[in-house]
Amino acid sequence: MVKEIHLTNKYKAVVIGGSAGSFQPMVQILSSIPREFPLPIFLCLHRLKHVRHGFVEALSIKSQKDIIEPMDKESIKKGVVYLAPANYHMAVELGNSVSLNTEELINNSRPAIDITFESAAYVYRDKLIGILLSGANKDGAVGMQKIKYRKGLTIIQDIEESMINAMPLAAKNIVEIDYELKVDEIIAFLLKLNKIYQQ
Amino acid sequence: MSYTMGEIEITELRKLTTFIQEKFDYNFKDYAMSSFRRRIKRMLDLYKLQTVDELIHILNTKEGFFEEFVSELTVNVTEMFRDPTFWRVLREHIIPNIMLNHNKISIWHAGCSSGEEIVSMSIVLDEMGILDKAKIVATDIDRSIIAKAKEARYPLKHMEVNRKNYLRYQGKYSLEKYYTEVGSEAVINKALLENVSYRKHDLVQGSVFSKFDLVLCRNVMIYFNQTLQNQVLHRLHESLFKYGYLVIGSKESLIWCDIAHKFIVVNNEEKIYKKIKD
Repeated sequence: MVKEIHLTNKYKAVVIGGSAGSFQPMVQILSSIPREFPLPIFLCLHRLKHVRHGFVEALSIKSQKDIIEPMDKESIKKGVVYLAPANYHMAVELGNSVSLNTEELINNSRPAIDITFESAAYVYRDKLIGILLSGANKDGAVGMQKIKYRKGLTIIQDIEESMINAMPLAAKNIVEIDYELKVDEIIAFLLKLNKIYQQ
Repeated sequence: MSYTMGEIEITELRKLTTFIQEKFDYNFKDYAMSSFRRRIKRMLDLYKLQTVDELIHILNTKEGFFEEFVSELTVNVTEMFRDPTFWRVLREHIIPNIMLNHNKISIWHAGCSSGEEIVSMSIVLDEMGILDKAKIVATDIDRSIIAKAKEARYPLKHMEVNRKNYLRYQGKYSLEKYYTEVGSEAVINKALLENVSYRKHDLVQGSVFSKFDLVLCRNVMIYFNQTLQNQVLHRLHESLFKYGYLVIGSKESLIWCDIAHKFIVVNNEEKIYKKIKD
């Protein structure tokens, strides 16, 4: 399926959201992306609010990428992976920085995927790739809608493969998703994208 | 779902902030735009408005609406003992350090919101046996939220989070000691807040009004851009006695501010700084 996807080097960023059942896929993806993968990646994964440490470390074990929890207003750098910190929403700001905030919970979550996706869509427009993985609620669906509205590329994890498919399904129900891919295919997609940038 | 696509463009936000600056002399142009935009969107939905122009029209014509606007704009989500580990460091290191050389302590909650942080502070001081030695000032830009902070009544359903935080803080008693249940609310015991004075104050345009041993400004400056953060830090710096402490949110940083060198990091994890230069 990935062979058929036509890709260009117009993209500037990737956002990935996930909740229950997304940790293993996330580790797989992060361990497969080469260090030189040029785009910044913004991760918003639902997490316990009082556990401030350990998540970055767990995601980093098998990855060659720099994975960080940004400080508020930290500058966005090429190739860095930004993980939304515990108990903060993470947004992309115009002017190439990340901002954090403590606004209301959305879909019972903080960080909420909708906020990260929506703000990234606003900044990167059609140059954004949004990927939504397994999860048990509907967070991320509106975010995917915004990405689509700005003509970015939308990908959900294969509904059958998702450990808990409520989240990708919720997105599928309100957006015409571009691709529904298995984790292996998402990885193949990102590797193909990387190749285009390395040419 | 069509309203979700009623996206607000940056030019409209600029028009709004310029209008507010001219008419009400409040500066919102250096607020962090992603959040500001979302707050404005939320307000359009709330008042069932289609465009930012309609909002400007109401601001321009409806008497008293601006205060309501400020109130809706400000983010007022907080918890008692947010980041319990911070409160432990405060109890075990920071406050004892201040009390080494003083027999009283002055504290400013800059951006106090609905007052949960003030309650937490008062409980910490009470359990340390020094509440009567404290002078606490609480300020916020939003007049109606100050009124709420003063009332100190919180929905019982919020108290579960607060109790959990208090447990993680490892307080002496249980949080229930400090409030009475009245209907669906937890009413904080008045005696606890006797030494607190409340006032409306805008961190962005307000003046420096006093000096303190300890200033808490946690998760307030995250709503500003870097220019404004820098400007506000100058005010906070001026509002501290030399060797006084400044606390910001756990994911905030001072490193890009031009007067960062006038502070030293006391605790990087909890973002506690000490002013070392005037």
